[in-house]
Amino acid sequence: MSTEQHIKLREGSIEKTTTTLNLGPTHPATHGVFQNILELDGERIVSAEQTVGYIHRAFEKLAERRPLYQITTLTDRLNYCSSPINNMGWHLTCEKLLGVKTPKRVDYLRVIIMELSRISDHLICNSVVGVDSGAFTGFLYVMQYRELIYEIYEEVCGSRLTTNMGRIGGFERNFTAAAWEKLEKFMAEYPAVLKEFENLFNRNRIFMERTIGAGPISAERALNYGFTGPNLRAAGVDYDVRVHTPYSSYEDFSFDIPVGSTGDCYDRFLVRNGEMWQSLRIIEQAYRKIQDMKGAEAEVYHADAPEYYLPAKSDVYTKMEALIWHFKIVMGETDIPPGEVYQAVEGGNGELGFYLISDGGRTPYRLHFRRPCFIYYQAYSELTKGAMLSDAIIVMSSLNLIAGEMDA
Amino acid sequence: MARPVRFNIHPIQADIKDNISLANMPEGYTGEGFFTTKLSDVVGLARKNSLWPMPFATSCCGIEFMATMASHYDLARFGAERLGFSPRQCDLLMVMGTIAKKMGPVVKQVYLQMAEPRWVMAVGACASSGGIFDTYSVLQGIDQVVPVDVYVPGCPPRPEAILDGFMRIQDLVGQESIRRRNSDQYKGLLQSYGIQ
Amino acid sequence: MALTNETIKDRLITKFGEQLSHFEEPYGLLTFEAPKDLNLKVMQFLFDDEELRFQFLTDLTAVHYPDQKGRELAVVYHLHNLTDNIRLRFKVFTSSEQPDVFTATQLYSSANWMERETYDFFGVNFVGHPNLKRILNVDEMEYFPLRKEFPLEDQTRIDKDDSMFGRGPLPATV
Repeated sequence: MSTEQHIKLREGSIEKTTTTLNLGPTHPATHGVFQNILELDGERIVSAEQTVGYIHRAFEKLAERRPLYQITTLTDRLNYCSSPINNMGWHLTCEKLLGVKTPKRVDYLRVIIMELSRISDHLICNSVVGVDSGAFTGFLYVMQYRELIYEIYEEVCGSRLTTNMGRIGGFERNFTAAAWEKLEKFMAEYPAVLKEFENLFNRNRIFMERTIGAGPISAERALNYGFTGPNLRAAGVDYDVRVHTPYSSYEDFSFDIPVGSTGDCYDRFLVRNGEMWQSLRIIEQAYRKIQDMKGAEAEVYHADAPEYYLPAKSDVYTKMEALIWHFKIVMGETDIPPGEVYQAVEGGNGELGFYLISDGGRTPYRLHFRRPCFIYYQAYSELTKGAMLSDAIIVMSSLNLIAGEMDA
Repeated sequence: MARPVRFNIHPIQADIKDNISLANMPEGYTGEGFFTTKLSDVVGLARKNSLWPMPFATSCCGIEFMATMASHYDLARFGAERLGFSPRQCDLLMVMGTIAKKMGPVVKQVYLQMAEPRWVMAVGACASSGGIFDTYSVLQGIDQVVPVDVYVPGCPPRPEAILDGFMRIQDLVGQESIRRRNSDQYKGLLQSYGIQ
Repeated sequence: MALTNETIKDRLITKFGEQLSHFEEPYGLLTFEAPKDLNLKVMQFLFDDEELRFQFLTDLTAVHYPDQKGRELAVVYHLHNLTDNIRLRFKVFTSSEQPDVFTATQLYSSANWMERETYDFFGVNFVGHPNLKRILNVDEMEYFPLRKEFPLEDQTRIDKDDSMFGRGPLPATV
C-alpha cells in the first residue's frame, strides 16, 4: 500500500506548464472522501481527474449475507444525510418483490418522513454551499432545525441519523403523541426559518457572484451523464421519480417541481430551496389527510402481512400462530419468491434505485444500488473545465456529493 | 399498542446557575502572593482547554460531528473553537467514520504530519473496530495504523457521546507528564506502528 | 398511440429477429436477453429510433451465476424513456474465461464509471473503454471480489474469530 499513489505527475513533468494540485481525500472542501487531481494553468483548471473508493464498504457483497430485513441498516449508510428515504426505498423494493400492499395511512406516514428527510438533506447541502463561499451563519442557524427533525426521528424510531426506520410493510410502532407535537412545532416554525435563510442568500450579491455561472451544464449533457434529482432539474429537465413513477401514494399529493435553466450552482441552490418549500406543502397535506382519518383506519401503522412483518411481542407470548410466524421470520423459513425487481425512489440526490435479484433463499442473490452521486460525479471534470479553483470548490459542494452513497 | 411517552415532552428551561463551571485550580502550594504547582499541571490545564481538533470526517459520524460543532451541542464551549484542517497546526486527530483500506495510508500520513504532542480519538464503531463492516475493503479499526487514545463507541455516537470522548481526551491531556513523549514506552509504541 | 411493452417488443423482434430471447415482464418491466456482440447495436437502435427513444441509461451492472457454464457473467442494462415514461431491462451473458463486452461509453457518458465499477467487481472487460481500471477497490487488488467464490471478510484480519460468527475456515480458493 504505497503512499505515492495519491499524487501522480504526468510524464515530462519538468516541461509541463500546468500545476498539479491534489485536492486530496482529506480536505475541508471535500465533504466526504474523494480525491480530485487538478491540472491548473495559473488559477484556471485545465483538467480534473477524480479518484473515489476511499470509503468503499462493500455494501453489495455484504447484502448477500443478510436476510432482507437486516439490509435496512446498510441502506441507512448510503446517503446518510437522509437515511429514512433509503430505508423506505428498500422497504418498497421488498414489498414489490414479496407482493405486500401497504394501507394508505402507512403510505402517508412514510411520505411525511421522506419529505422531512429531504428537507434535512437539502438543508445540509445548501448551508454547506454557504460555508464554502464564506458564510458560516446560515449553517449554524439552520442546524437547529435539523436537530428538531432529528428529534422527530427519535420519537418514531429511536435513532437520530442512521435511522433503520420502519419494517417491510410499515412501521414498527405508531407515531407517538410527542412525535405529532414535534411535527406540528416544525410545521409552525420552519417556514419562517426557511424564509430567513433565503433572505440571507438568494439576493446576496457576494453569493450570487460566486455561484452564478459556476459549473453550468446543459440538459442534453446532463441526461447523457445520467444526472437525476436536483442537479438535473437545475439544468431544466423536470424529471422527478415521485411524479413519473409514483410510489407510496405520492399521486395523492399535489406539488410542483422547481426547475432551473442553466444548471449552474445558483440554479442548484434555488432548486433545492424550492424543493424544501414543496416538501413542506406535501408534509402539510399528508398531515391533514392523516388527521382526517377516523376509527380503525387511524390506528393502522403496518400492512397485514404476517409472513414478513414480525408480530407484536405480547401476541408471540400468548398466541400460537404469532409464535409460529415469529419463529419462521427470524429463522428464515418464510418463502421469498424468486425474481428480480428494480424499484426507484427520489432520494435527496436523485433516483436511488434498488435492483434486487432473489433466488428464493433467505438472503438476496444479488443486490445492486443505483447510486445517483456515483453517476453524476463523473461529470465533474466537464463541469469545471476552464473554471477557476474557487469555482471548483463551490461546484463540488453544490453537487451534494455524499461519499457514503458514492462508494457504497 | 403505543406506549405513552414519558420523557422530554416538556423540557426543563435552562437556568444559568446550573450552566457555569470554572476550571479548577491544579493542586499546589499557595502562599502570600505566590502559587506553586507542577509545570505539567499548568501546561496540561492550558492545553486541555484549548485543543485544536482536526476533523477527519469520512462518513455518517462526520454528520454527527457537524451537529456537535453546531450551536445545539456546541463543541466550542470546550475550547475547540478552531478546527484546523492542516494537521501541522492541530493537536487532536478525530477520525470519524469508516476508514477503508484505500484510506489507511492517508490516515497514517496525516498522523505523521502532526507535531507532538498529538492525540487521536476514534469516533464511532467503524473507526474503533471496523463497525458493522466486516468486509474485505474496510480497515478493522484505525488502531491498525495509528495509536489511538480514546475510542468513542456508537453508530453514530450521539453528540453527547462525542463530547464525552472529548472530555476524556481532556483528562488525558491534563494529566500527561512532560516526559511522556520522550519516554521509551512511548517510543516503543510508535515503533510498533512503524513510525519513527 | 402510447408506447407499451408490446410495441417495444414487436419493434425489437422486427429489427433483430430471433437473436433476442427470453422476453419476460417481471413486475411490469420488459426484460430480454441479447447476444453479447449485439449489445451496442441494440442500445443504438433503442436510442436513435424516433418512437422508442430510450435515451437515458439508468443503471449498468453485472451478476455472477457460477453454475451456468459458458454464461457466468450477465451484464444488465436498465434503460429509461423519459418522454413516454417506460423502462426496460436487457441482459447480455458472457463467460468468465473471456468476459469481453463492448463498451457503451460512446453512447452514454454515464456508462464510464458504471463499467469501471462492473470491471472492478466482476472482471468484465469492456472493449473500447477509455480508462478501464479499478475504481472502488485498491488498485493492487488481484481478484474480483463480488464473484461468488470469494469471501466477504478479509481473511487476514486477526482481531475477529470466525468461529464465533458461526463460520469455519474457508476452502483455499483465495
